[in-house]
Amino acid sequence: MKLWVLIKRDKYLLLMFAPIFVYYVLFMYLPMPGIFIAFKDFTPGRGIWGSEWVGLQWFQQFADSIYFWRLIRNTFLLAFYPLVFGFWIPILFAICIVEIKNRAFKRFAQTVTYLPHFISTVVIAGILINFLSPTDGIVNSFLSGMGLEKINFMMDPRWFRTIFTSSEIWQSFGFNSIIYIAAIVGIDPELYDSGKIDGVNKFQEVWHLTLPSIKPTIVILLLLSLGGLMSVGFEKVYLLYNGSTYETADVLTTYVYRMGIESQNFGFATAIGLFNSVVTFVFVFAANLLTRRATQMSLW
Amino acid sequence: MRKSPIDRTYYSLVYLITGLAVLVTLYPFLYVLSVSLSSVSAIDKQQVWLYPVDFTLSGYKMVLQYKELWTSFYNTVWYTVVGTILNLVATCLAAFPLSRSRFFLRRKLNFFIAFTMYFSGGLIPVYMLITSLGLYNTRWVMVLPVLVSTFNVMICRSAFEGIPNEIFESASLDGANDARMLFSIAVPIIKPTLAVLGLYYAVFHWNNFFSALLYLGSQELQPLQLFLRRVLVMASPEIMQKMGGTTSTGALAVSTLQVRYVSIIVSIAPIILVYPFIQRYFVKGITLGAVKG
Repeated sequence: MKLWVLIKRDKYLLLMFAPIFVYYVLFMYLPMPGIFIAFKDFTPGRGIWGSEWVGLQWFQQFADSIYFWRLIRNTFLLAFYPLVFGFWIPILFAICIVEIKNRAFKRFAQTVTYLPHFISTVVIAGILINFLSPTDGIVNSFLSGMGLEKINFMMDPRWFRTIFTSSEIWQSFGFNSIIYIAAIVGIDPELYDSGKIDGVNKFQEVWHLTLPSIKPTIVILLLLSLGGLMSVGFEKVYLLYNGSTYETADVLTTYVYRMGIESQNFGFATAIGLFNSVVTFVFVFAANLLTRRATQMSLW
Repeated sequence: MRKSPIDRTYYSLVYLITGLAVLVTLYPFLYVLSVSLSSVSAIDKQQVWLYPVDFTLSGYKMVLQYKELWTSFYNTVWYTVVGTILNLVATCLAAFPLSRSRFFLRRKLNFFIAFTMYFSGGLIPVYMLITSLGLYNTRWVMVLPVLVSTFNVMICRSAFEGIPNEIFESASLDGANDARMLFSIAVPIIKPTLAVLGLYYAVFHWNNFFSALLYLGSQELQPLQLFLRRVLVMASPEIMQKMGGTTSTGALAVSTLQVRYVSIIVSIAPIILVYPFIQRYFVKGITLGAVKG
């Protein structure tokens, strides 16, 4: 068919998509050439194309600075610790939840534990900072009540990862359990019936029947979360860190924010942002590849 | 059926772990609520650790008098309502054409939007673009740059694709055009999916802190989250003094603690009040995402 015939036939579909097209061009595609700022000595007066090329100068400067390894290490660890210390908690919680016979309690437990997922990062950070405050926080009141010394948690770089990791797990374990609950509920009941005939107890049932049945789900979710290992969320770090904890808390995104938005060092910040995107992309790509392999294997 | 001793141990463990999980999640909120409802002297003597001591609403009276709280509350409601409505309209407008197998640009436009999930300009170029568009310090900056989420468009698209084609065929025999099909047939059918997407968009807007941090300098336009940040994270002394309104420094220190905790309760109250009723939609949302694959 000729183009204008197609246009005429689908005119309403085209009209519908028109505003969406404008949106994507404006907010998604127009900023893309801005990536070249990473290779330029950008001055706002001269624009992206008028500014001078500097090649890989910004990348070189970043790689030579003390920030390079520190930021990579922090970015990685703040995603890695919640994963290794936290991934098993939603599984354990899901196994327990499906065993609860009392419907009201079951519902209550689920409602309560999913809740933190919907609370804003600002409130979570606010609760943490206020609970851990050395002057009027409940944790330090408790410590001094026990005759222990008060700890200035938020100012001590040694505490940052612990605080970040544990609150991350606290926020997400309930909500993350949903998918495991669905997987456990979906297990064929006949499997358990045959287990009962063989006389297995409940612990053996979990170990030999439940866990092997949801193993594919666990493997897929673990592999997918590998993709997020270099992309820890900006907001929580930004709200929790301060000058005295940069050593363990500063991550690539917060550094980009400080360099770019606060210091208006656009070229340098764009370069680090680009570096972060490339690294993230590699991780996501590898994770997707591994997941695809694993799911194909589990199909055969 | 009688349970063996080992199975009884198992069930005790199950209830113990679940109870512990509930306790650990609930306690911080309970403590914040209790401090917000206790008298300043009881807080000062550190008597509050679980339930309110000397129940009083004076903390709420102090905080709710503060004009800036209401301004930011109003702003957040505005961003959430306007933002969510625009999100839903735009998501349908994007998803419907992409779901029609007949549409001659379908493949190209699917790629056009999917591409942005893997590749973006990054923080600084987007920031420069938005400021150069004149959106800095306007209400629209909270709404327009986040008009649709590509992921949600894809979920909505598969919901449209799930509608049996016969329905559309008979409608077109009756002379309905594509616009009518979308608004009178397709949208009503996928209402449950749209409810889930709407909830997720609404929670996003309610909690959106990042856009406001980047693009809203004016206090008149600031959402609740930025206000909370100044109260809770920066513990801005100027706000504390205005809200606390007490003169003696000792009493001020304690009442500012209460001001902070009251602010937390005020800001999460809407979510906590609505959330239990719509929880099942959120849970459904997870399975929607999984179906998309």
